[in-house]
Amino acid sequence: MADLTLPPPPLDEATATRSFSLNRGQGTGIFLGVLGLLAIVGIAPNITGDTRAFWFEAPPDPVKISFDPPTLVIAIGVIYLLVGAASVFLQDRLGPWITRLQVFAAALFIPLILATALGRSGSPGTNVINLLDEALVLATPYALGSMTGLWSERSGIINIGIEGMMLAAAGVGYMTYAVTGSAQGGGWLWFSILIAILVGGALALLLAVLAIEFQVNQIVAGVVINIFALGLTGFLRSQVIVESGASSGQSTKEFGLPLLSDIPLFGKEFFTGRPLYFCMYLVVFLTWLVMFRTAWGLRVRACGENPHAAETLGINVITTRYLSVLVGGFIAGLAGAWFSMEQTAKFEDNMTSGAGFIALAAMIFGKWTPWGAFGGALLFGFSRALQSRLQFLDVDVNGFSIPSEFWQSLPFLVTIVVVAGALGRSIPPASEGQAYRPSK
Amino acid sequence: MNGVDGVKPSAGDRYFRRLWEGIEQSFRLQSVLVPLYALVMAVVVGGILISIVGINPFKAYWWLLRGMFGDGDRIAGSIARSVPFIGSALALAFAFRAGLFNIGAEGQLLAGGVTAAWVGTWGITNDLPAVLAIPLVMIAGMLGGGFWGGVPGVLRAKTGAHEVISTIMLNSVALFYIRWMVNSRDPVVLRDLSSTVPRTEAIADSAELPEFVDSQPNLHLGLLIMILACVVLWVVMNRTTFGFEVRTVGTNPHAASYAGIGVDRIIILSMVISGAMAGLAATSEVAGTNGFFQPGTFAAMGFDGIAIALLARANPLAIIPAALLWGSMLNGAPLMQQEADVSIDIVRIIQAMVLLFVAADAIVRFVFRLKSAQPGSLGGPAATGWGK
Repeated sequence: MADLTLPPPPLDEATATRSFSLNRGQGTGIFLGVLGLLAIVGIAPNITGDTRAFWFEAPPDPVKISFDPPTLVIAIGVIYLLVGAASVFLQDRLGPWITRLQVFAAALFIPLILATALGRSGSPGTNVINLLDEALVLATPYALGSMTGLWSERSGIINIGIEGMMLAAAGVGYMTYAVTGSAQGGGWLWFSILIAILVGGALALLLAVLAIEFQVNQIVAGVVINIFALGLTGFLRSQVIVESGASSGQSTKEFGLPLLSDIPLFGKEFFTGRPLYFCMYLVVFLTWLVMFRTAWGLRVRACGENPHAAETLGINVITTRYLSVLVGGFIAGLAGAWFSMEQTAKFEDNMTSGAGFIALAAMIFGKWTPWGAFGGALLFGFSRALQSRLQFLDVDVNGFSIPSEFWQSLPFLVTIVVVAGALGRSIPPASEGQAYRPSK
Repeated sequence: MNGVDGVKPSAGDRYFRRLWEGIEQSFRLQSVLVPLYALVMAVVVGGILISIVGINPFKAYWWLLRGMFGDGDRIAGSIARSVPFIGSALALAFAFRAGLFNIGAEGQLLAGGVTAAWVGTWGITNDLPAVLAIPLVMIAGMLGGGFWGGVPGVLRAKTGAHEVISTIMLNSVALFYIRWMVNSRDPVVLRDLSSTVPRTEAIADSAELPEFVDSQPNLHLGLLIMILACVVLWVVMNRTTFGFEVRTVGTNPHAASYAGIGVDRIIILSMVISGAMAGLAATSEVAGTNGFFQPGTFAAMGFDGIAIALLARANPLAIIPAALLWGSMLNGAPLMQQEADVSIDIVRIIQAMVLLFVAADAIVRFVFRLKSAQPGSLGGPAATGWGK
C-alpha cells in the first residue's frame, strides 16, 4: 500500500519559477538595472541643467533642497544599476538586505520622476510636503476601503462589494444631509455622516446574510451589492436629492490638531485636515490593534483560516463573521461619507468611480495586513497626487506636451509592476470564499 | 401544498403534482424556474420602491414593457442592445471556468474596439470585399482584446500577480491611453477631426456588418456572430480536451498540475480567449452599431458582463437569455422615465434583485415552495475564493 502514496504536490512558488532561470529577486534586479540605464542614457542628457528645487514650504522663500536635475537623475540611475547588479549576483551573500535595497530603490522612483518632470518643465521647483499631504488626503477612501475588505476577508468572507457599500453610504448619507439640513452644515452634517456609516453597515449585513445564512457565492453577493448601490443611489439622486433643491452645500470643516500642527515644516500640512481624514489614521491603527493584539482579533483571523478548528476551540464562527463583516461595513460607510460630505458636499452618480476596487487592490497589495494595505492605499493616493502635480508642471518633450492621460495612467502601471515584481503572490486567508456549515 | 400543515392533498392534487414533477424532470425546469421566479420577485420589490416615491408601479412597468417590446422596432432594438452584453459576459464566463476573475472586460472591450476601428479605416480594408473585410476587422478586434486580456494572464502565470489587481489597473490604463488616442488633436492619432465629439473616423463600408433591422440601436449580423461564439465556447468548454483542462484548472489547479496539465499555459490561454471575446463584442459595436469607435460606448459594459455571467452561472448557452433580459430592460427604461417619470435607475435595482434572488435561491424556493436545489447547482468553479 505504501507505494500508493503520491509525491507532494508541486508548490506554487516552484511552478512559478521553474520556467524562469532567474528567481523573483533577480528579475526585479534586472528591471531596476534597465531602469537605471534608461535614466542615465535616456533621461539625463535630455533634461535642463538649470537648478531646480524641492520646496518644503509654500513660496515665497521656502526651505528647499536645490539640485541639478541631470546630476540627480544620474545619481539615482547609478544606484539602480548597483542595486540591480547586487540583486542578480550577490543574492546569496546579501540575503534579506536585497529586499530592503530594492524597496529603497523603489522609493527613489519618486525623486527620479519629479526631477525628470522638473527638468523638462519651466517651473523652478515644486512643494513636496504639500504633495505628500495631498497624497495622504486622497488615500483616505482607499485606506478606509481596504480596512473594510480586511475585516471581512480576514474573517473568511470575500468582499468585492466595498465599492457598493461606499457608494450607497455616500448617496444615502448626502440625501439625508440634503433633506434634513439642506446641506448647510451644523449638526445635521454629523447626523448624516452617522447615517452613511449605518448604510454601509446595512449593506454589509446584506452581504453577511447572503454569504453566511444563504451560503451564496460570495463574489456574486458582492456584485449584487455593487449593482444595487448603483441603482439605488441613482434612483434616490433623481427622485429625492434633485427634488430637495440642495444639490450641493457645506462640507466638513478643516481644523488643526493642537500641538502637532505647530511642528515646523510638515506639521501644518499633515496635521491640519478634515475630520474623516483623521479618522483614517484612527481606523487603520484600531484595525491593527484589534486584529493583531486582542483575543477577538485572533478569533476573527482563526475563522478566516480554519473555521472548523476555530469551532472546536469554542469560537462561534457565525457570530464572529457577522460582526467582522458589519464592522467592515461601518468603515465603508465612513469612506462613503468622505466622498459626499468631506471631499465635496454633493452627490453625483457613481461618484466613487472604482475606488472600492482600488481599495481591494490595496488590500491584496498589502497581503491582508492593516499596515500593508495602508501602504498600498498611500501608493494609490500618492500616484493620484503626483499625477495632478505633473500635469500642473506641464512637462514637454521637444514641443510635444506630454498628455495628461499619460500621467494619469502612471499610477496604475506602477502598481502592475510592483505587484508583478517585488510582491508576487499574495496568499489570502485560507478558508476565504467557502461556505461554512457548523458541525452539529 | 406539501401537506406539511396537516391538510391531506386530494387525489387530483397529487395527480397534478406528479404531472408537474414529470414535466419538471423531463425539461429540467428547475434551472429555468428559479430565475423566472426571481424575476417576478425582483419586479415586486422594484414596484414597492416605485410606489414609495408616489408613482403607480403598474403604469411604470407598463411603459417599461412598452419600451422593451412595444413594437417590432422596439423588440429589435432590445435584442440589439443585448448583443455586446453577450460578448462581455462570455468573456467573464470563460475566465470564471478557469478559476480566474477577469474584472478587466472593460479594458479588453476598449482595446478590441479601438484595434477593430483602426484596422477598419485602413485603405486595404476599403479595397477588400465584405467577405474578407468583416473577418479581418473581427480578427483585429479579437487580437486587440486578446492581447489586453493576455497581459494579466501572463503576469498571473509567470509572476503570480493577482489578476483582480492587474485587470483593474489595465482597465484604467486602457481607458486613459485610448481616450487620448481618440481625443487628441495635436498630434492626431485616431481622431476624426471633422467630428465635434471625440471618435475615430468611420470604418470602411465593406467592413460594416450587414444590418437586419433599422431599429434603435440597429440589429445586425453581430447577433448571429455572438450566438455562434456562445455555441463554440460551449462546445470547447464541455466537449474538448482543452475545455476539460480549463475546467480542471478552475476547480483545482493542484490536481490539474498532478494530472500533467500545464497550468500556466491554461491560465494564459483562458485569459487570451476571455479578452478575445470582449474584443469580439466591441467589434460588433464598432462595425455593426456605430460604424466608428467611441470610448463611451463601453462604459460599465464590463461590470454588466460580470453580473450576466453570474446570472447564467458561467454557462455560455445560458448567457444568451440572461443578456437578452439585461439589454432589453436597459433599452426599455428611457421610455419608462419619459412617460411615467420613474428614474431609469430602477432598472438597475431590479437587475440587482434578480441577481440576488437567483444567487440566494433559498429565498425563492421558500416563497414559491420549490424543491431544494441539487447539490452543486450553485457556484461551481466560480465559487472558489481569489482563484487560489
